Order: sequence, then C-alpha cells, then structure tokens
Amino acid sequence: MLKSIIIKTFLIEIGELAYFARRFFKELFKKPFEFKELLRQCYSIGNKSLLLVGVTGFIIGLVITLQTRPTLEEFGAESWMPSMVSISIIREIGPVIIALTFAGRIASGIGAELGSMRVTEQIDAMEVSGTNPFKYLVVTRILAATLMLPILVILGDAIALYGSFIIENTKGEVSFQLFFNKVFNALEFGDLIPATIKTYFFGFAIGLVGCFKGYYCEKGTVGVGLAANSAVVFSSMLLFIIDFIAVFVTDIFFEI
Amino acid sequence: MNPNQNIQEKKEPIISKKFILEIKDLKKTFGNNHVLNGFNLELFEGENLVIMGKSGSGKSVMIKCLVGLMQPDSGSIKVMGKDITTLNRIDLDELRTDIGFLFQGSALYDSMTVRENLEFPLRRHKHKFGNISDTAPLVIEALESVGLVDAIDLMPAELSGGMQRRVALARTLILKPKIILYDEPTSGLDPITAKEIIELMKRIRRQYKTSSLIITHDVDCARVVSERMILLVDGINYAEGTFSELKASKDEKVKAFFK
Ligand SMILES: Nc1ncnc2c1ncn2[C@@H]1O[C@H](COP(=O)(O)OP(=O)(O)OP(=O)(O)O)[C@@H](O)[C@H]1O
Ligand SMILES: [Mg+2]
Repeated sequence: MLKSIIIKTFLIEIGELAYFARRFFKELFKKPFEFKELLRQCYSIGNKSLLLVGVTGFIIGLVITLQTRPTLEEFGAESWMPSMVSISIIREIGPVIIALTFAGRIASGIGAELGSMRVTEQIDAMEVSGTNPFKYLVVTRILAATLMLPILVILGDAIALYGSFIIENTKGEVSFQLFFNKVFNALEFGDLIPATIKTYFFGFAIGLVGCFKGYYCEKGTVGVGLAANSAVVFSSMLLFIIDFIAVFVTDIFFEI
Repeated sequence: MNPNQNIQEKKEPIISKKFILEIKDLKKTFGNNHVLNGFNLELFEGENLVIMGKSGSGKSVMIKCLVGLMQPDSGSIKVMGKDITTLNRIDLDELRTDIGFLFQGSALYDSMTVRENLEFPLRRHKHKFGNISDTAPLVIEALESVGLVDAIDLMPAELSGGMQRRVALARTLILKPKIILYDEPTSGLDPITAKEIIELMKRIRRQYKTSSLIITHDVDCARVVSERMILLVDGINYAEGTFSELKASKDEKVKAFFK
C-alpha cells in the first residue's frame, strides 16, 4: 500500500518534470535571449562549485589509488595502476561523484533561491512587470548548469588523476611522465566521449530539478527548505537513473 | 494648504465616465473553497476605488486574476478594453506595462540593489520611452517621487519596511502605468509610516494621473483615499458606495467593517 503510493507520487513527479522540461525547450528558442543573465549564472555556478569539485576530485584520486594498490601489488601488477585508475575515474567515478557534489551544492541552491523568490512573490512581480520569469530565471539556470558541469567534471577528473599520481609517485616512485603516458595510452575516445556526453545530461537534470522544485515551491518558509531538500534528493536519484541508461546505451554502441 | 482640500478640488475634473477596468461575474474556486462567486467591478478612468474585505475573503486572488497571475474559473476581465484572459503572452506583457502592481509584501528582488530593482522592468520595455540607452534619469525620477533617491545603491535587506514599500512603489511607477493596483499598501506598517504611504499615493495620483484600485482593511486609509468603495463579502460585491454612505449603512455585515 505505502509502496504503491510512493511509486505513484514518484511517477507523477516525473510526469510534471517532463512537462517542465518541455516548457524549457519551448522557451529556450524564443526571443529575447537572456545572454547576460546566462553568463552571470555560469559564473556564479562555476564559482560556487569550483573548490568543492577540486577537493572532491583530489580525494577521489588519492583514495582509489590507496585502496586498490595493495590488491594489485599482490598480483605484481602495480604497473597497471595508472591505466586502471584513469579508466575508472574517467568513465564512471569522476562524473558520478562530481555530479553528486554538484547536485548537493547547485540543485539545493537553485531550489532555495527560486523557492524564496516564489514565496515572497518576487517571481509574480517579474511576471507583472512584463518580463518572462521563466526565461529570465529558469532557462538561464538550467542552461548554465548544463554547460558548466561537463567543464567541472573534466577539471575534477584531471585533479583526481593528479591525486592518483601523487600516491603512485610516493609509493611506487613513478615519474610524472610515465604515469600520464600510461594514462593516455589506456584512454580511448570510447571512454571520454560517452562520459562527457553523460555529464551534459547530469547537468541538465540537476538544473531542471532545482528549478522545478523552486519554481513551484509552496507553503511559506517551510516550503523553501523542502524545495531545497527535495531538489537534492530527487536530482541525485535522477542522476543514477540517467547513469544507468547512459552505460546501457554506451554498451550497445561502443561495445566496451 | 490642506492636502485633503486639494484632492477634493481636483476630484471632479480627473474622473471621466469611461471604464478603464471591468470585471464581470468573476468566479474562482480552490478545491472546496469557493473564494469568488460572481464578483463584479468597474473602475472609471482617474478614479480611486477601494475594495475592503476580511482577511481571506479573496481580495488578493481577485487582483491576481486581474493581471493574469491566476486564471479565473469563469467571468470576463477587461483592462482598457482588452480581455486579458484571452491575450497571448506578448500582448499580455505589453498590457502589463500599463498596470502597476504593488504587492502586499513589497516583493523587492532581494539579490539586486534598489537601482537594479527599478531598472528591471525597463529591460524589456525601453521602447515605451523611445529606446533610450540611459535609464538613469527614469530611475532617479521614480525614486524622487517616493523621496528615496539616497537609497539608490542599497540592498532591499538594508531598508526598513516602510522604505521597502516606497521602493516597491517606485518600481511600479517606472513604466508610467495608467492603472495602479495596491494590495494592502499599509499592511504591516506603523500608523505614521502608513500615513506617509497614503500621502504618497495621493501625490502619485496627481503627478502620474493614474487610476487606482486599492485593497485594504485599514479604515483610515479607505476614508482618506477612496472616492468609491466596494465591500467584498462571501465572494461577491456585497455593498457599494462612498465611504460615508457605507458607514451610515444599517446592514450588520457592512457595519462590522467600521467598528
Ligand atoms: N494558490 C492558492 N491555492 C489554494 N488556495 C488559495 C490560493 N491562493 C489563495 N487561496 C485561498 O483563497 C482564499 C483567499 O485568499 P486571499 O489571499 O485572496 O485573501 P485576502 O483577502 O487577500 O486576505 P488578506 O487580507 O489576508 O491578504 C484563502 O482562503 C486562501 O486560502
Ligand atoms: Mg491579500
């Protein structure tokens, strides 16, 4: 009984979200474009998550290398370390973990910001002053999140690989050149391209859910907290669903 | 000079017999909550019309239907001859520049300075002023009419409630609207600040030659600014008349407003 209610509300949410996304694409191509606000949002989103992504990436690199090293040593396969770490980071761990931290930072931020603008009638005020708030607030934020996350993931991946190199360098005395030579030998376009395309969808989902929750926020200040909270939960869940679909599709096309 | 007297003298010539706003048989229901059950209203050009009603009687809902923020279930709403429920987005946005809306809670954009707040409505509607590139004079003019030029670079959070209300008023004035809708302009303010806002409303009417629809449950405010009043009870216009006519009414529900 309870399960069926949960599934039902989840499906309703997905439906409403799809409707919201449809509105986004409709308004995206309509003039006037809010370029200045888009740039401002890109800057603000990048600025807010840069440090977080850097630190997360670095720690992922350190931890994965530290954890896997003893196992590989057992089989005398330490020299495989760079290729193994790079493939797992670039293909899966980097995009997913960085997208999750991004969701925690950006989806909640957008949800809270738009939510409080909704409950204090600022969105209505934009509407009555003859400016389309959906274009000004929602389209710019979704677009900014979609464009910024891939850049941040590439940056995070690079920092993660550097973190991995530091461990390799101290424990295995691998030189910088050797390490990255092995990394680039192991990586193929079949790893990089699908992983990057995936992050565009992640960014889109995070921006979309954050805006959706904030834009339709209800019930005063309690609602704002709820909007921020559910934006994170819902977008994280969506990330894993998209990730599953992405891996599935990649499997068909690239035959990894 | 007595400001009230001034208004009295100017009253007759300003008002014409043309409707600038017309609501017919407006109905709006939220679930089982029948908020508006056939509300009617006409606003003459140049008039100050006050709507009074208890908290929760649907005043804000009515005024939001008027600018297309809410869709009514049925009924027609004509603003300057155009039915707003049938307009497309572009025409609606254009029409909205002729309507100023002062929100109950001021609704200033809290991530922007006062200047940016005032510039915001101009972004898409500069053509109203011949596509000028420098909007600063318009901003200054609007701030001057509410007496807050000094606050131009402050953030809304740095302003008191009364100042916020005045900045919000300046923001509605910046597009030079023909109609101003005031949603409880004095709510949440102390009596002295409330009086200042009322004085401001009177001055703005003279300066900008606007027609106003004022929602309030402040009897003092209604007495000073109204030329005609409508009492909203049970979702319909229960009683209509001048302030003194309504005050003299024998009806229990009308009397309740003036206690
Ligand atoms: N978006 C909404 N969804 C559901 N019900 C609503 C909504 N907006 C208003 N209502 C209901 O409509 C009724 C009228 O609300 P409204 O805000 O118009 O009151 P009001 O006359 O402006 O009161 P106040 O003087 O307190 O501002 C209330 O009972 C409210 O619960
Ligand atoms: Mg109200």
